[in-house]
Amino acid sequence: MRGSLLVGLILTVVFAGAAVLSLLWAPYDIEAFDIANKIKGPSGAHWLGTDHYGRDILSMIMVGARTSIAVAFVAVGIGMGLGVPLGLAAAANRGSWLDEIIMRGNDLIFAFPSLLIAIMITAVFGASAVNAIIAIGIFNIPVFARLVRGAALSLWTRDYVLAARVAGKGAVRISWEHILPNLTNLLIVQGTIQFSLGILAEAGLSYVGLGAQPPTPSWGRMLYDSQTMMSFAPHMALFPGMAILLTVLGLNLLGDGLRDRLDPRLRRQAR
Amino acid sequence: MLRYVARRLLSLAMSLLVASAVIFLALEVVPGDPASYMLGMNAQEDTLAALREELGLNKGMVARYLGWLGGMVQGDFGISYTYRTPVSGMIADRLWISLPLAVYALILSTLIAFPAGIWAASRRGSWVDLGVMGTTQLGVAIPNFWFAILMVLIFSINLRWFSAGGFAGWDDGLLMGLKSLTLPAIALALPQASILTRVMRSALLDTLGEDFIRTARAKGLSRGQALRRHALRNAMIPVLTIIGLQFSFLLAGAIIIENIFFLPGLGQLVFKAISARDLIVVESVVMLLVFAVIVVNFTVDIAYAWVDPRLRGRR
Repeated sequence: MRGSLLVGLILTVVFAGAAVLSLLWAPYDIEAFDIANKIKGPSGAHWLGTDHYGRDILSMIMVGARTSIAVAFVAVGIGMGLGVPLGLAAAANRGSWLDEIIMRGNDLIFAFPSLLIAIMITAVFGASAVNAIIAIGIFNIPVFARLVRGAALSLWTRDYVLAARVAGKGAVRISWEHILPNLTNLLIVQGTIQFSLGILAEAGLSYVGLGAQPPTPSWGRMLYDSQTMMSFAPHMALFPGMAILLTVLGLNLLGDGLRDRLDPRLRRQAR
Repeated sequence: MLRYVARRLLSLAMSLLVASAVIFLALEVVPGDPASYMLGMNAQEDTLAALREELGLNKGMVARYLGWLGGMVQGDFGISYTYRTPVSGMIADRLWISLPLAVYALILSTLIAFPAGIWAASRRGSWVDLGVMGTTQLGVAIPNFWFAILMVLIFSINLRWFSAGGFAGWDDGLLMGLKSLTLPAIALALPQASILTRVMRSALLDTLGEDFIRTARAKGLSRGQALRRHALRNAMIPVLTIIGLQFSFLLAGAIIIENIFFLPGLGQLVFKAISARDLIVVESVVMLLVFAVIVVNFTVDIAYAWVDPRLRGRR
């Protein structure tokens, strides 16, 4: 299982590195059209070929990685930022009306797949990367709230929490000082998984035109553009898809590897 | 059991009510007047007023919400702003593609996942297990719309086994209809089958560690026999949950996949409605899908309690 951590880490670092590198340098300027060289297959000059405007696909994928990673990252941030406190509050007040409201609210959000949230937001405000972030972020909230509530409930029965209560600490302080630090590993692992799901969701949304709008390059949009040219330019469909696949695969392997590394109890279950 | 069902029914009704209110509120805050959008810039004020009257736009928000809700209960989703035809009819036509597609994909996913999961679990740690798990790792990571594009490239453009898109219609016979849904259904099913395979495998491995399996083995059953006769049935609870959840994902996921294959389903309807700002159509499709999710989850809950009486007491 150590292999999956390593492979996952390498893939993740490669794509994150490509995204960061694209801030400083990319092989070609992606805003410059080069019609003379449009729809060329891979070559020495353009490693992954060019698209229908003659733009370098490798450069587009590098800049597109930025969009994907930024959207997924902020969406995980929204999910954690709201979901974790909600889950902690629900666990600290187990069985109360607050717990009930939070959990029923979670159920409600769970009934809306992120695509439907995105459709509603887009119908109202129009399509943009920000709206994709909001849609995926909202979808992430109940994921973290449920996870944290479940794990926190079992922590609340521990002796050290009882000791803290005897010492007179309030629920908020116990949640912050004793519960949350013990959830870090769990949150890292789930965060990685949600991050990879976020990359997939962003690609899907921008593919159907509900995500980042041109000229901002995104992997999903590149696939959309490739669709009508599939029969004579399959490379346009191949490489952006490979980029999504490898990034998501890398993050999933990283998540699995981290889980094995951070939580020995789960390791036995997984096997 | 009856009390449990009654309580769950009440919470089902509450969820539907709250969900409908959320959808209505979200889409009613939209700035702009559908009537002036429909009639264009040069519309006369009295024509506009008459259209608003006809669409019920001049009533208060609560009255409109109640009207929308009351209509839906009777199967009346209102009149489309752009097509001027009843939304219910438009949705019904599209459902004849989206629903069979989702069911087709669900069947495929189950047909792949059951044998694959059982196979991997029964040869745990072997190269078979490793191969199955590796494949599911790929299946989960692959974007299904990209997989769909690749299949079009291979099976439609190169091999010419399937048409690259469009829908032959059910009028030409069941087989022709199913044929045009086959590639989209495979694309939809792939990630779900991968997830289900993993769930099937780990649920089986969990039950294989139970005491009653050891007893069965002690009686002289082989590992495979114990798995088929005792473990499989007990592993079904987590598997059923996932199947329930997947149906809603498939129905929503169908929206994207339909686009690739130019299938005139709910997806096409909703995207056209978004660009035409035909909000009543968007509202209705979203409500319908959310309704499906909530009802499927309700059914799964009831099915559990039926299978496992211990769950009835829990909330």
